[in-house]
Amino acid sequence: MTRYGSGDGAVAFPAAVPARGGTTAAPGPGAGEGPGSRRGRGGPGRRGTAVRDHQGRWGWLFTTPMVVVLGLFLLLPIGMAAWVSLLKWDGQSNPFSGAADFVGVRNYADLLTGPGQDRQLFMTSIRNNLYYVILVVPLQTVLSLGLALAVHHRRVKGKGFFRTVFYFPSVTSSIAISTVFLFLFQGSGAVNALLKWVGITGPKWFTDAHGLVWSVLGLLGVVDPDKPVPALATHGFLGLSWWDWLSGPSIAMCTLIVLAVWTTSGTYMLMFLAALQDVPVELEEAALLDGANRWQSFRNVTLPAIRPVVFLVTTLGLIGTWQVFDAVYVMSQGAPANTTLTPAYLSYTAGFQDADYGRAAAIAFILLAIILVMTLIQRLLLRERYRDGGSTARRPRARGLFPRRRSS
Amino acid sequence: MNAPSTTAATRGGTDRMSQGTRPPAAGQGRRKSRRLGDPFLRTVLYLLLAGVALLYLLPFVIQIVTSLKTDPDAAAHPLSLLPDPFSLDSYRRLFGLGGADADAVPFTRWLANSVLVTVFITAGRVFFDSLAGYALARLDFRGRTVLFQGVLVVMSVPGVVLLIPKFLVLNELGIFDTYAGMIIPLLVDAAGVFIMRQFFLSIPKEVEEAAKIDGASVFRTFWSVVLPMARPALITLTILSFQGSWNEFTHFLVATQSPQYETLTTGLAHLVSGSLSAGTQYPLKLTAALLSTIPVAALFFFFQRHFVRSANSGAVKQ
Repeated sequence: MTRYGSGDGAVAFPAAVPARGGTTAAPGPGAGEGPGSRRGRGGPGRRGTAVRDHQGRWGWLFTTPMVVVLGLFLLLPIGMAAWVSLLKWDGQSNPFSGAADFVGVRNYADLLTGPGQDRQLFMTSIRNNLYYVILVVPLQTVLSLGLALAVHHRRVKGKGFFRTVFYFPSVTSSIAISTVFLFLFQGSGAVNALLKWVGITGPKWFTDAHGLVWSVLGLLGVVDPDKPVPALATHGFLGLSWWDWLSGPSIAMCTLIVLAVWTTSGTYMLMFLAALQDVPVELEEAALLDGANRWQSFRNVTLPAIRPVVFLVTTLGLIGTWQVFDAVYVMSQGAPANTTLTPAYLSYTAGFQDADYGRAAAIAFILLAIILVMTLIQRLLLRERYRDGGSTARRPRARGLFPRRRSS
Repeated sequence: MNAPSTTAATRGGTDRMSQGTRPPAAGQGRRKSRRLGDPFLRTVLYLLLAGVALLYLLPFVIQIVTSLKTDPDAAAHPLSLLPDPFSLDSYRRLFGLGGADADAVPFTRWLANSVLVTVFITAGRVFFDSLAGYALARLDFRGRTVLFQGVLVVMSVPGVVLLIPKFLVLNELGIFDTYAGMIIPLLVDAAGVFIMRQFFLSIPKEVEEAAKIDGASVFRTFWSVVLPMARPALITLTILSFQGSWNEFTHFLVATQSPQYETLTTGLAHLVSGSLSAGTQYPLKLTAALLSTIPVAALFFFFQRHFVRSANSGAVKQ
């Protein structure tokens, strides 16, 4: 997960001077130009041309390194991948010389509609990642908000200590953390030793491919996780049987889910804390005086005020969780039985292990489309409610978002 | 009707679900109790916080303890917090001071590589991001809007999607498996440019106007007048760049192939996910992970205020 801590625009910046009329532009289409700095709008003014020419040279000089690096290593790769995804190419020849076979959209067709193993693997990876997203995003959002509320509580002593402890996992490298979790979750590891104290026999985490849903139902005696229900196993959708689609994340995937929630909650807790500090205390006080209990005051005062940050956190969570790669690479490499395979990891192995760069690029593109669609849906929801950007540094306009309940 | 959650619970909170106003006497009673604090609620809150804090700390504690254990001890007693026997073998082996296969883990090589790329990438990012951020915030030139929109677009490209494409480009340019291929693509990052631009927008223009009137060139104004004012933003950017490049994994994974270019992240990942031939060697792996965490951890504890303040900036207490 380029997760933790990689730049995603959610980073606030310290302002020495309060921005004058600062609307913080949201990273997104239609972001405003920000205040000031534009002379002579609508064509050069009297001083315009000379100043612009002079500044133009400097402006381009200043931005050249950025244009070169971002252009070469972020924009060009996208274009190149678009081309390669239409080829059958093993990486040996020059992809632009015509030595590689042009196959059109066959790479995509194989992944989405073909009868072969390509589609089965790809759909399995989508299923795994989907369950990962469905569990990680709500869990990390609720946990980080809960931690923020607890730490933010006025009478909690040692705020700094708790904040440090919860945030620390977020600053460490994903590889180092994955190594630790690999040790903790071994069959005879610390987690199972802890469970034994409570009288539970823990599973062999990394070798258990059973789906969580069937395992739980198995414990209740409804189904046998090792014997698929025929009706579900014989019918299917997109190359996977219903039994596989409905299985839930495997036990092995659950360790990755725990890891993700544990490492990201600190970052999001900080975002929530920043937002909570912006909620005027007197509003909550007023609500409490008006006879609302704590829960009502949280529901009707605090939550509406921090809603933009809730949206921000879920958006970042969605983007991050669809890209899970590092932990898979270190902890499981897709095993057991492909239940921890994710599209990102599949794209990597298709390229670097199978030397099928066309398929690898196609997988990357489908993943990009998934993430874009998710983000767009989020953006639309966001924009409906707030028309003024969404960075953490933004002050939620608490006033007027909700009607103050007056005692009548 | 929602039942109050633990954190939101007040004494007898459930019986106060009525929407109306409360009689004044009861209101005063509640206010009084809130002034004194609710001992039960506070105890619950502290217990919860302490429990969760333990869950967040324990993995690191176990990691430190295990790094001082022998292999059989680590396998037999994964939870014990006392190494028995106490052993510094893992540390010795990582730094090549004796041990059976001292060269098995070229830890010092990884460390040197990590330091090298981190220094270059951090320096490059701080300088180039500031330059570009300043131009996008303050210089009036044709194409500025397009460039800024481009930065926003690039910022929202998910990194993992670029794994394979990035390798293809590096290969075409002939810098695959070189230090150049590891460093150059990371010299500028869009998020950093965005942060700097936002900061420069917040600096009053009068300062620059004065410098301009005194006849300073654009670069001179930027270098001697604006940058010194941008210290807080520069510290934030330095921290983010250091942390980002020190912990970077996927880019180095696809930009290199030879063992001589392995950094702490790629080296450790290969060690952990690779051969299980020589036993599990968990103390060794955990020690390597621990040592690679220390620089960022030190930075975090040293600049913690800054970390948090940067997340909380713009929060004007009302």
